[in-house]
Amino acid sequence: MKIFEDIGRFARFIARVIDKPEKGKIFFSQIIKEIHKLGIDSIGIVMIISLFMGAVIALQTAYNLINPLLPDYLVGYTTRESMILEFSSTIVGLILAGKVGSNIASEIGSMRVTEQIDALEIMGINSASYLIFPKIIAAMFINPFLYILSVCVGILGGLMAGYLSGTVAISEFIYGLHHTFKPFYIVYSVIKTISFAFIITAIPSYYGYHVKGGALEVGKSSTKAVVNSSILILLVNLILTQILLK
Amino acid sequence: MIRLENVNKSFGELNVLNNVSVDFEEGKTNLIIGQSGSGKTVLLKSIIGLHEIDSGRISYGDTIFSNLNLKEKKEIRKEMGMVFQGGALFDSLNVEENVRFPLDMFSSMSEKEKRKRIDFCLNRVNIKNANRLYPSEISGGMQKRVAIARAIALNPKYLFCDEPNSGLDPVTSIVIDNLIQEITKEFNMTTIINTHDMNSVMEIGEKILFINKGHKAWEGNKDEIFNTNNEALNSFVFASNLYKKIKKSN
Repeated sequence: MKIFEDIGRFARFIARVIDKPEKGKIFFSQIIKEIHKLGIDSIGIVMIISLFMGAVIALQTAYNLINPLLPDYLVGYTTRESMILEFSSTIVGLILAGKVGSNIASEIGSMRVTEQIDALEIMGINSASYLIFPKIIAAMFINPFLYILSVCVGILGGLMAGYLSGTVAISEFIYGLHHTFKPFYIVYSVIKTISFAFIITAIPSYYGYHVKGGALEVGKSSTKAVVNSSILILLVNLILTQILLK
Repeated sequence: MIRLENVNKSFGELNVLNNVSVDFEEGKTNLIIGQSGSGKTVLLKSIIGLHEIDSGRISYGDTIFSNLNLKEKKEIRKEMGMVFQGGALFDSLNVEENVRFPLDMFSSMSEKEKRKRIDFCLNRVNIKNANRLYPSEISGGMQKRVAIARAIALNPKYLFCDEPNSGLDPVTSIVIDNLIQEITKEFNMTTIINTHDMNSVMEIGEKILFINKGHKAWEGNKDEIFNTNNEALNSFVFASNLYKKIKKSN
């Protein structure tokens, strides 16, 4: 029963979040700020993770191609498919759920316990919409760019690892990148990325917004937010894969 | 004027407010006093609509505030200013941006007019050379003064203060009390202060409501408080030896 209660509360919360902004100009400037905070500030971690993921995928594939009938270009092909289909969307989504999610939950939770949210309400501002709507829009806008960046850096990592370890020639790797490329896979992963962006911002905001108590509860809400948004990302990943790749 | 009629509020089984009725007058500093846990904060939060009351009526002038929906309440709230216990300044904004915030959100002032209003509000609370500082970089007393400046930025009709002196030294407390009283007179606001600081009661208590265990136990002013026979009020007000001596000397 608790889960249905939570879903109902979350739906009501989102209905409050998606409200007409008080002032369009301020709303737009907040979106820009959030794009910077949630997206631009995450570029570093996304690049590092993607570079190493791409490199490891390439090496694992290369070292497992024992059968001489299997061509070397499979290294490039596997790296591309893994990055596009799963790693750059889901794994990066999970990493951002930790980084961005805990940040959002603790930021909004702290505002709640220090009465800053009450101060907004007293001014006649819909605090949920003012604080959270720009975050959701910003993440849903910027995360697909992070996804594309991740794919590019991951493939570059795979190429470098293959070349530097001497397991695959650059020309073979690049041939593999072009081999049976399906553009729909990009669309599928961008849809996943946008869905994950909503989860990464809305779930932690929900937990932060409903914090009661003090610093201890803010910490707990942050942990809950990361755990639950990660689980939800995996569940939505499964559902979208079944729907879109059927 | 703000009028409360038979206001009741409970949380689960716990009755926090029981049939509280009172008028808070315009142009006066109205104080709500009572022990910790007596229901003062719940009463104040109910008056401003942060808590929904279970029954009764809260009116702002001719408007029955407690019957309004959230959107209608928002309009009344634009006429309210609030100073929270901890100041509740926005951490991510500096002093000037905190005062500017309500102007950006709700006024149609030009940039020059906004500048003038910000300078006026900060001067009025004696904040100088701190415009670029963040809340974490200023003292508790300054935070309260900036919170007052933010609260009066839009010329509100109603000012609410929740424990404005908590955590402040006696000298700064008097400065804050006097400032609130002066502003109340200057702008003819209806001010309600939630406090258990007896110095405030004696300094600025033009109208005092004493809440005891969720009930209205007494109402009067700072002069009448010395002569009351209300036992609960006497044991609250004259709890300290200092005030016992003052009462004896009176």
